[in-house]
Amino acid sequence: MRLLGREVCCVRGGREVFSGLDFEAASGEALAVVGPNGSGKTSLLRLIAGLLAPFAGSIGLEGGDAELTLAEQSHYLGHRDALKTALSVLENLAFWRDFLGGASFDPAEILAKVGLDHAAHSPASFLSAGQRRRLSIARLLTVRRPVWLLDEPTNALDSTGKTLFTALMAEHLAGDGLIVAATHIPLGVAARELRIGDAS
Amino acid sequence: MTALAALIRRDIRIALRVGGGALIGVLFFLSVVVLMPFAVGPDLALLARLGPAILWLGALLASLLTLDRLFMADHEDGSLDLIVMSRTPLELACAAKALAHWLAAGLPLIIATPVLGLLLNLDAAPTSAVALTLLAGTPALTFTGMIGAALAVTLRRGGLLLAVLVLPLSIPVLIFGVAASQAAITEPLSFGAPFSILCALSLVSLVVGPFAAAASLRHGLD
Repeated sequence: MRLLGREVCCVRGGREVFSGLDFEAASGEALAVVGPNGSGKTSLLRLIAGLLAPFAGSIGLEGGDAELTLAEQSHYLGHRDALKTALSVLENLAFWRDFLGGASFDPAEILAKVGLDHAAHSPASFLSAGQRRRLSIARLLTVRRPVWLLDEPTNALDSTGKTLFTALMAEHLAGDGLIVAATHIPLGVAARELRIGDAS
Repeated sequence: MTALAALIRRDIRIALRVGGGALIGVLFFLSVVVLMPFAVGPDLALLARLGPAILWLGALLASLLTLDRLFMADHEDGSLDLIVMSRTPLELACAAKALAHWLAAGLPLIIATPVLGLLLNLDAAPTSAVALTLLAGTPALTFTGMIGAALAVTLRRGGLLLAVLVLPLSIPVLIFGVAASQAAITEPLSFGAPFSILCALSLVSLVVGPFAAAASLRHGLD
């Protein structure tokens, strides 16, 4: 499986964010997207996720499931946590498990894995920012998707949370997964670097 | 199917919990209808004649009241991105969301109608006729309103824009809904013809609404 981007150009609000961007990553590899604020890291992830259309160029996945699009084989972890505060932690996770479909795992077990099992039945509105992030990460684990698109994944996580997430990413890569992460700090796993928006 | 069932279950659950919109709609419907006798005056014959129109207007405004949150809430917390990316076709997901909204916010209006009919001096037969036309017509309001709700997300303007966009679309539903209810009250007019057209409007919006809303959401995401 191979994620390929060729000559990708992104235009937002009439302004060219980046152009002529080539990148690739094979399964088992992580791609760290780095660059200053506003250089288009989030835009690139949303382009890969199919939430934005590229102005020019192409992005594709070779060797994945031919029946599914790239977006359908990806998990997207954005700035916003996609949590409903009116629902409990377990209800939130169980909903995404049922809605996303595909090979899935028991939400209660996954909550224990990310250290939220004690809060399973409390409303998501009581969670701290770090706990909300842990719950979003739990979503990546309940349903299997080969491609993970992560936007500043370790934001708001404490040091044990960061260690935990690094281990989870390593596990995903070892299982032939593929990670594209926009980040300002080192990911903690071996990653190829993709620099956009030259800082010079 | 499990994906759609999960989406419907979640939306109904959120609507019925604290902060959800389901009861607000019914309360608004109640206030509009209760205010009418004060505005029109104590003329019982006049109230009975205006009754179906008042109930229909109340139901229309009440269903608009909660509709603007249909996609906005999911857009704000990022759920909409994941729904767009998922393996469920967006058209079906839109239809499921509209169905959940109708079950949580539209159905209670119909259940409240017999009680409110009493306040407007409507007898049992006209009241049940209004309830029946609402049952046939409110799906059309929800499914056409959904198009407006999807546009409101892409244009980043809530509430008022939705009303401006959706109210013109709901005029046919209002005309045939009230016509069918009036026909049930004044004997010589035929109930069947306007009621069939009302059902047809609902069926058309059931087909067109999800496609239009999905197209609008796909086009406008950023």
